Amino acid sequence: MSAIADVFARCRAEKRAAFIPYLTAGDPDLATTADLLHAMAAGGADLIEVGVPFSDPIADGPVIQRASTRALASGTTLSGILRLVARHRDRLDVPILLFSYYNPIHARGVDEFAEQAAASGVDGVLCLDLPPDENTPDDFIPAMRRHGLDTVFLLAPTSTRERVRRVAQYSRGFVYYVSRTGVTGDHGELPKELVKETRRVRRKVNLPVAVGFGITTPEQVASVAKVADGVVVGSALVKLIEERTGDDGLAAAVEQRVRELTEPLRR
Amino acid sequence: MARPRLRPDLQGYFGPYGGRYVPETLMAPLEELARAYDRWSRKRAFKRELRELLTHYAGRPTPLYHAKRLTEHLGGAQIYLKREDLLHTGAHKLNNAIGQALLARTMGKSRVIAETGAGQHGVASATAAALLGLECVVYMGVLDTVRQRLNVDRMELLGATVTPVDTGTRTLKDAINESLRDWVTNVRDTHYILGSVLGPDPYPRMVRDFHRVIGEEARRQLKKQAGTVSPDVAIACVGGGSNALGLFTAFIDDRKVDLIGVEAGGIGDDLGEHAARFGDGGSLGVLHGTRTLVLQDDEGQIAATHSVSAGLDYPAVGPEHVLLADEGRIEFTRANDVEAIGAFDLLARTEGILPALESAHALVHAARIAPQMSRRQIVLVNLSGRGDKDVESVQRWKAERESETAEPRTEAARTGVAVHPAARQWVTEGGE
Ligand SMILES: Cc1ncc(COP(=O)(O)O)c(C=O)c1O
Repeated sequence: MSAIADVFARCRAEKRAAFIPYLTAGDPDLATTADLLHAMAAGGADLIEVGVPFSDPIADGPVIQRASTRALASGTTLSGILRLVARHRDRLDVPILLFSYYNPIHARGVDEFAEQAAASGVDGVLCLDLPPDENTPDDFIPAMRRHGLDTVFLLAPTSTRERVRRVAQYSRGFVYYVSRTGVTGDHGELPKELVKETRRVRRKVNLPVAVGFGITTPEQVASVAKVADGVVVGSALVKLIEERTGDDGLAAAVEQRVRELTEPLRR
Repeated sequence: MARPRLRPDLQGYFGPYGGRYVPETLMAPLEELARAYDRWSRKRAFKRELRELLTHYAGRPTPLYHAKRLTEHLGGAQIYLKREDLLHTGAHKLNNAIGQALLARTMGKSRVIAETGAGQHGVASATAAALLGLECVVYMGVLDTVRQRLNVDRMELLGATVTPVDTGTRTLKDAINESLRDWVTNVRDTHYILGSVLGPDPYPRMVRDFHRVIGEEARRQLKKQAGTVSPDVAIACVGGGSNALGLFTAFIDDRKVDLIGVEAGGIGDDLGEHAARFGDGGSLGVLHGTRTLVLQDDEGQIAATHSVSAGLDYPAVGPEHVLLADEGRIEFTRANDVEAIGAFDLLARTEGILPALESAHALVHAARIAPQMSRRQIVLVNLSGRGDKDVESVQRWKAERESETAEPRTEAARTGVAVHPAARQWVTEGGE
């Protein structure tokens, strides 16, 4: 069983949802990212999504766009991120899911990327703009399989039954359900249909389902955790990182926020 | 006529290029769009409505003009201009905008969005939306709202909302990013009128097909006016590549015709100084939903581009162009900023036509090759748009350059020397 599958199995045994924080690697620099990964783990993260910054983040709202800009300005590269993961792998007791746009991976070459990512201790990969479809010329999925990396794909409120089937078929570890039609970031209330929609997806998918996009408060975590196997919080944490950057208390603040967000899951 | 080919294939690929690389949220809507397009574009009623609008509203067929004074001046091949500049709104873009707006209405979408660089696709979309009673929002990079200010005013007068995009390079690329973000959010009631042969399937084929009429008309007109359907060379500028495929598609199986695409050479050969994807800087990548040639760094981050022409200032190119280049069917070359301004002046003074700066890039290449050809040969140039939108830019470009160099500008234009990077700066400063 993969480390990611393991996490969901353990959470299920504990009768709770997994907590999955996101950060953009290299925001504001990779040294800080290392501290923040440990802070998130200490705060109660079950799995961490490590974002690879990209010049043209079409699926992201302003908060993560700004984080990507800061990360690229500090010279962050995919190789740098993989080296960082490799250096901290042994001391980090949570699986790492790389969260990327496809082009940085494509530029590296999918096979070379998969080999390097696996060697660095990355557990899985999610490409925001690479839906699972056969006939992609690069054989992304077989390359990830060869190197033992989980492939996590997204489902959305617009996904048809046929697409739900396809995403379930090609995903490993879990399926990521996007809570709303839209980009990442806080939009106030969660959509009213979210509970019903998440249930619909879970019935059809034979893998754990994590929900993300726009989840910001402990109350929202609590309500999503009732129907999902995992809860992802991204922009809310990235915003905190933005606000506290340069502040000595940044890592402690992130750890504290993660603890607050996971509080409802431990009750 | 050669046997018909299926381009792209059923998965939206032109060989290894193309496809659908978008967030999952857009996958089902793209499937729906492809189905709707396949269904409606074959229906007689849809075709008739489109044809009638193109004829009585937009002004098709556009003239084919034998540019005798320009021909005389260059002293070689006969130059014919396909006058898309005379289409309503002043560029070829309207062919596609009307087609997609009709489709949007048919699909029950009440709102359309569009990106724009030069402003011509934005104006065309705003126009089609006004005509069909649709709400319209246009995204435009801040840099482009400055250098194509006239078109911002036009869009607003047509009732569209223009949203300036202040992220990234603040040009066309970033306007497309923002359009995709809007679409992913509002996809249920919104159609995205993408303005070139770019993006995920079905856009590259749909946009191409709405523009095919350009080349089909040109063949008929050449037959009548020059006694042959086949020019020796056909030339078009290539931003995303829609006016080029609009002209070239009718000639692809006619091997007698050399097809030449002209990219923006900007101010130099380094990454960031041009938008020539077929040069050394371009490599295979995935941007805005399609796998194609992209200007990028080794890490797969998209490069900044530069062109005096906002409509060519974009780091990727339509996927079908890449396949046709691989096959040797289209040859690509580039024209730099100085040369484009020179061609702008040349056409203005020999023919009394102000071309769009985009189209001026195509004219540069015509001016290079025509003198080496015989008077019996024909060069067909797609005059994709008119230059009214560029008047301010050209004047400021010249003023800037004159204050910067002791050489008279005509000398610089003739020799085609690269201009100082300051050529980019004035546009930025203009925004402040
Ligand atoms: C007049 C004109 N020509 C050409 C272009 C470039 O686009 P394409 O390569 O899709 O024809 C533009 C784009 O804005 C334009 O306005």
